[in-house]
Amino acid sequence: MSESNHVRDIIRNNIKHRKNRLEIIMPKFFLIAGSISILTTIGIVLTLLIDAYHFFEQVPIREIFSTELAPLAVNPSFGILPLINGTIITSLIAMCVAVPIGLTAAMYLSEFASDNTRKTIKPVMEVLAGIPTIVYGFFAYSFVTPLLMNLIPTLEAKNALSPGIVMGIMIIPLVTSLSEDAMSSVPNDMREGALALGSTRLEVTLKVVIPAAISGIIASFVLAISRAIGETMIVTIASGSSKNFTFDITQSMQTMTAYIVEFTSGDAGIGTGYYSLYAVGLILFIFTLVMNLLARYISRKYREEY
Amino acid sequence: MNHHNNSDNNEKNIGLNNEGKLKTFLNKEITNKRMDNRILLDKVGRKLFSLSILFALTVLAILFYRIGAQSIGWLDLQFLTSNLSIFPEKAGIYGVIIGSFLLMAVVIPVTLILGISTAIYLEEYANKGRFQSFINVNISNLAGVPSVIFGLLGLTVFGRLLNLGSSILAGGLTLSLLVLPIVVVAGQEAIRAVPGFLRDGAYAMGATKWTTVRTVVLPSALPGILTGSILAISRAIGETAPLVVLGIPALILRVPHSIMSDFTALPIQIYYWTLDTVLTPEYANLAAATIVVLLVLLFLLNSVAIVIRNKYQRRY
Repeated sequence: MSESNHVRDIIRNNIKHRKNRLEIIMPKFFLIAGSISILTTIGIVLTLLIDAYHFFEQVPIREIFSTELAPLAVNPSFGILPLINGTIITSLIAMCVAVPIGLTAAMYLSEFASDNTRKTIKPVMEVLAGIPTIVYGFFAYSFVTPLLMNLIPTLEAKNALSPGIVMGIMIIPLVTSLSEDAMSSVPNDMREGALALGSTRLEVTLKVVIPAAISGIIASFVLAISRAIGETMIVTIASGSSKNFTFDITQSMQTMTAYIVEFTSGDAGIGTGYYSLYAVGLILFIFTLVMNLLARYISRKYREEY
Repeated sequence: MNHHNNSDNNEKNIGLNNEGKLKTFLNKEITNKRMDNRILLDKVGRKLFSLSILFALTVLAILFYRIGAQSIGWLDLQFLTSNLSIFPEKAGIYGVIIGSFLLMAVVIPVTLILGISTAIYLEEYANKGRFQSFINVNISNLAGVPSVIFGLLGLTVFGRLLNLGSSILAGGLTLSLLVLPIVVVAGQEAIRAVPGFLRDGAYAMGATKWTTVRTVVLPSALPGILTGSILAISRAIGETAPLVVLGIPALILRVPHSIMSDFTALPIQIYYWTLDTVLTPEYANLAAATIVVLLVLLFLLNSVAIVIRNKYQRRY
């Protein structure tokens, strides 16, 4: 009698023990995996800060606010303004394409299109969003630039206009899907109220739906700017590597991202030129982080609750 | 007479536009000139907005057509089975395809294990509080970091600190960190969609937390997790900037044999061939042919994702 009790205890202990082990190990494993994402962020920030610090040890901060950028010259100069200028100009061109087209496409999909049309168009938009940026880069360089050269004879083979436009096309799906989400979360009661008062669909869209969804729409624009600033391959291929400070969009301009790619794929070696990558990377990181936080803030703060 | 016709037409249009709801309110007497204008504007607006959609579709069509046309005559069996060469007629992308596959052999396990574990931790184990929302904010911020910055991280941490150079392992780990947020967010959504009564049922039958997660939560969340994972993998396959920053050399004539070898992948090869079209115009055709291979691969991956989504998605 007592022996069978003993056996039962052993079995029970075994089961308890084995179960307990996994019960304890798995959450720890998951926690470690979960902390990888935090480690990644810390890694990014440390990488950028440390090597940017090395850069600022060698180059006075005053110098980066100049328009003179010649990292490989005998007397190198590291003015970052040409890169910031190139980034802002290509992004602005992209926004000029993406905002009107993306927003009106969202208005059409959310307010005018039938369910069937929406069901066929949305996957096509997803295809457009899923195309790798290198493909858009090739498209910009080998198709859009020659096409624009027919219209603007003074256009150079590498210029800011063509990658700006293509980048805008690339961002259209982002603006459309985020704005459409914002618009379709506006309750139908509001639309029906306006329709009952005799509004046309267009009036409902412009005077009721857009004001109600404005926080989401603006957040989508801000995210789009962030995407454009961080976009790399299109501008690297089609905008070239001229480091001139210019506002002429028919000329080649280098963006911050393109500078990083040019320098790492060439032989930057170790030196001030190498560390300048991280200084540029740090500024780029701050730019996009501010944009992303701003987008979140706008959509939280100004969201209308229904 | 003419006016009468007009208002008749208008009434029909109003009826169509507004699903007949307005018909009872509007009749010929109050359909005045102002109303005509408003309806005209409505029509113009609708046409204009649909033009935006048409523009996007046209660009997509032109893009596919151009790339397809440029690849014709270049995309053949010889191109797929021979190795890189500086002579355009002899060049093939066998080694490049192998490079991309080996890269995915690193990215897929690393991303899936880390991504799904993080999602399980956040949804099932973490206390719903500060720490959880901190990780969530962190992940959504990571998703917004430009890919070229991940390249700098990979270059410093994997390339130089861990001394992996520009190997497939270094590239794969860099890309894994880049696409991790996609898997985590998809996993979280899928796990959140598993209804609470399934968990309660498991607990009621005496299952422990881990048993419940393993036998109840994960199987029901699997389709959603897989769909998100495939999207993440297709993002990783097409990603160029981080790999270029890692310092993948421009032309390697050997086929990579292990994950420690140097390599080139499909998007990088497209990049270098596009850059060199100035010297050798035929490289544009090679780049176009490589793009077709890449797009076909992406298309296959996404079809699998759609099939999984439609076939296994359960609704409760």
